[in-house]
Amino acid sequence: MGGYFNEMYDGKSVRAPYARLSDWMASMPADRRLEKQAEAEALFRRIGITFAVYGEGGDPDRLIPFDMFPRVFTGAEWSKLERGIKQRARALNAFLVDVYGRAEIVRAGRIPANLVFQNEAYERAVCGFVPPKGVYSHIVGVDIVRTGPTDFHVLEDNCRTPSGVSYMLESREMMMRMFPELFRENRIEPVDRYPEALRRTLASVAPAKCDREPTVVILTPGHFNSAYYEHSFLADLMGVELVEGADLFVEGGFVWMRTTEGPKRVDVIYRRIDDAFIDPLCFRPDSMLGVPGLMDVYRSGGVTICSAPGAGVADDKAIYTYVPEMVRFYLGEEPIIPNVQTWKCGEKDDLGHVLANLPDLVVKEVHGSGGYGMLVGPKSTKAQIEEFRELIKADPSNYIAQPTLALSTTPTFVEEGIAPRHVDLRPYCLVGERIELVPGGLTRVALRDGSLVVNSSQGGGVKDTWVLAE
Amino acid sequence: MLLSIDHVTTYRYDSPARGVVQSHRLTPSRFEGQRVLAWEVSVTGGVEGGSFRDGAGDWVQGWSVKGPVEEIEVRVRGQIETFDTSGMLKGHREMVPPEAYLRDTPATEADEALRLLAESARHDEPLSYAHALAFAVAGAIAYRPGVTDAHTTAAEALAAGEGVCQDHAHALIACARVAGFPARYVSGYLFADAEGTPHEAAHAWAELFVPGYGWIGFDPANRCCPDQRYVRLGSGLDAREAAPIRGTARGAGAEHLKVAVSVQPPEAVKSTASQSVATQSQAQ
Amino acid sequence: MLSRTADNLYWIARYMERAETAARLLEVGARISLLPSAQGYRNDWDSLLRASGGATGYAEKYGPAEQRNIESWLFFDRDNPNSVASSITAARENGRIVRTALTSQVWDALNTAFQELKGLEARRGACELSKLTDWTMKQTAMARGAIDATLLRNDGYNFLNIGYYLERGDSTARLMDVKYYVLLPQVDFVGSGLDNDQWSMLLRGMGAQRAFHWAYGGDVTALKIAHFLILNRQCPRSLITCVAGMENHLGRLSKYYGKETPAQAAVQKLLAELESQTPEAIFDEGLHEFLIRFVGQSAGLGAVIRDSYLSGDM
Repeated sequence: MGGYFNEMYDGKSVRAPYARLSDWMASMPADRRLEKQAEAEALFRRIGITFAVYGEGGDPDRLIPFDMFPRVFTGAEWSKLERGIKQRARALNAFLVDVYGRAEIVRAGRIPANLVFQNEAYERAVCGFVPPKGVYSHIVGVDIVRTGPTDFHVLEDNCRTPSGVSYMLESREMMMRMFPELFRENRIEPVDRYPEALRRTLASVAPAKCDREPTVVILTPGHFNSAYYEHSFLADLMGVELVEGADLFVEGGFVWMRTTEGPKRVDVIYRRIDDAFIDPLCFRPDSMLGVPGLMDVYRSGGVTICSAPGAGVADDKAIYTYVPEMVRFYLGEEPIIPNVQTWKCGEKDDLGHVLANLPDLVVKEVHGSGGYGMLVGPKSTKAQIEEFRELIKADPSNYIAQPTLALSTTPTFVEEGIAPRHVDLRPYCLVGERIELVPGGLTRVALRDGSLVVNSSQGGGVKDTWVLAE
Repeated sequence: MLLSIDHVTTYRYDSPARGVVQSHRLTPSRFEGQRVLAWEVSVTGGVEGGSFRDGAGDWVQGWSVKGPVEEIEVRVRGQIETFDTSGMLKGHREMVPPEAYLRDTPATEADEALRLLAESARHDEPLSYAHALAFAVAGAIAYRPGVTDAHTTAAEALAAGEGVCQDHAHALIACARVAGFPARYVSGYLFADAEGTPHEAAHAWAELFVPGYGWIGFDPANRCCPDQRYVRLGSGLDAREAAPIRGTARGAGAEHLKVAVSVQPPEAVKSTASQSVATQSQAQ
Repeated sequence: MLSRTADNLYWIARYMERAETAARLLEVGARISLLPSAQGYRNDWDSLLRASGGATGYAEKYGPAEQRNIESWLFFDRDNPNSVASSITAARENGRIVRTALTSQVWDALNTAFQELKGLEARRGACELSKLTDWTMKQTAMARGAIDATLLRNDGYNFLNIGYYLERGDSTARLMDVKYYVLLPQVDFVGSGLDNDQWSMLLRGMGAQRAFHWAYGGDVTALKIAHFLILNRQCPRSLITCVAGMENHLGRLSKYYGKETPAQAAVQKLLAELESQTPEAIFDEGLHEFLIRFVGQSAGLGAVIRDSYLSGDM
């Protein structure tokens, strides 16, 4: 794996954050490792964490692979990441309030009007509306890759409803159960306050009409959804109800949930369904998942919806390239964590470059997610590349391209023992009255040798992510 | 001109609904072309929900009706004074940027024929081009009720060569967007005087955003721009989005809809008007 | 609690009890088929199908009643919404939806039943009927035990129990009706030895034979059995036990919520009616007629409970 930054080894020497893991590694011969791996799997199954591949159907009881080798950051590394992530979360929210208001950034010519206003994720229905505390995206998932000791890049932003936080919590729980000694030897920042922090964040954006302790609920598309486990897990840890659309109704300018004791008012809805489905009166009329009339209540200040409808316009891949510009425009700062260089196929010069260098590039659909609709040039056959070339030519503005990143590796348990595998990182930044970031995140690992695709739908697994207390 | 409006929409459900929720855009827009004197919307058994002025400047009012419910009547009664602004939407406050009206919807997506139609009307001067588009659509789609339905798209209406005001508006919107004009669907009322032959008291037309002028209404169905005979209620990307009433009934059987609209000068309805027009006007 | 959550809990219980009913029907059927009979066994299986509420579905799929097909239909068949497999799957799915309202023991019991069921389905040809029915009883008992031993005594616990008692009362009435409705079409047989043998089989199928003898002793008579399965509060499956159980848990709900609903009045009325019954009066009315009436009343009570707590339209 020459050319890739290994987070544990610097040549032959072990980097500081991993120092104490050497002995532990040595204490894990194959039989013990297999035994522990089996134990972890049994625990996951018992708890009921399963994962259905997005859009693929398949076995709903499949487990997402869990790698026991933790990924470690020093306090100093984290503190820089934290500042960079919070900076980005602030800029993205400022952008959202702006484009649904006077759109100063467009007037100032810093971002093209068509990218914003003709974007499918731009919701006219919320123009002129400022959500409580001016927050559109309450949970910002920032996907970060590392390419060197001090080199971090933002790969993409998730402003709607980033998933996976249950794996961050469960991975930690699993490690603490199986290897308590590691947590005595290393001073690791806890992540288990996340659910409480999330609940507090959501409660802090209750609408002005709420004159008591806010009632928060999580709105799920239902038990057939692949992330249902995460929805019920979070609801349970936060101590709030997990509701489906049919459990809610609107009356008298408020939202109510149907309980065995009669209607109970709901103040804040953490929705895990897309804008298009939340209110059949306002958006897709065929939606069975939403709550008819919800948007009227929302716009008249009777309920808060998190993330706010319309937040998606900030995490579009075409908008992504302008996020550093947002940081400069709204905060007057330079971005702490840079973007990955990105070519917009919709622009002539960029398109030429992309088509000329396809074998070296990663090409993504502007609206795609989950690692689908994607070409990894160096890992693709000639035929695959040519096939993609035609797709790009047919609809250039639907694609962006980035250099193939030298994603860092961390040691990972594999069949033959321990080997480096590529990883990325998704921390979850909470934005309410305050901005909070639990020290840690979801580390996804590409379990296949040489693979750079970490998506769980494509052979990726998860790891516990440690931030060492200074 | 003074106009009295009486607009009754009746919903009847084959089996009782467990509950009904509606969202109304039934209150006239605020701009220089119209001034509300009295306005009231009522829903039988209805509970008023949230209300607000949206980014497009429309007054939206939510309603709910508790079940079981077999029939609801939505009644709009009001008096309004209107002025001719040559179709221009003057003094209308809105937050939505015009560019947001360049997006297609299934009902307003242009096919090859609509694109050709837009091209055939081309003028260099934007306002002339907008007028030409409206005339082109009026010429290509003859007014004839009963040929199309609520789900007919602009492309289908043009292919049929016949339709009603909704089809005219959709076709004009599709052509306008092809030509680069932000365009939207407007719903409202139209007064039919004795000599004139305007169609449909519950009416719809299109607005185009013309550089240098702003939003201007065009009514291909009547080959004119909205004047004092028109009452503007609300707008959207297409008919569905601009619908004055959107609603759902929970657990209901088939729904039957009946609409009666009357738009008259007050003297024509003097006997009833004095009783039926409510004294309170809706908070705006 | 969300109405839907209460509904899910209620249906976990109903489906687990329904799985048990299907297994008991199979057991009764298998035992009865071993007895010499004037009419042969076919007619008895017909009655079982009717009691299971799936006679039409079966006829459409398989045609005439055959023991092997009926076993398949009542145990494995997903086209039969009341089969053991359908019921356990539905119970587990309801459990998955409200996973966080359950203890891990209860979830384990439901999930294990479901996982093992998939194993049984994979080798369905190789399973003896008695093994299948034993397996079902064991799974339902495990779930019930986990509920009793580990669940918080909150409103959810009451909804689970209401579901159990409602389904069980309905099941007992249907199982009894099998015996009365079809096995004795001719009045001549009433009181005959054959009759008593079949009644015994019925008791055994309900796991109540020994309990019955302890409670009554002496000969098995129709009157005694009717008393035992309908009016005796010691019998865990009797109609009165089930209705009293619902009355108890609905009463606890009204205390818990500080509010009565039509459900409390409805269950009290039904309980009072049963308390004033005698076996003689039931036979005067006609056992079949009485049982059918009870099944209707039970369904009516279910509807009132749904409207009062579960539908969300309060």
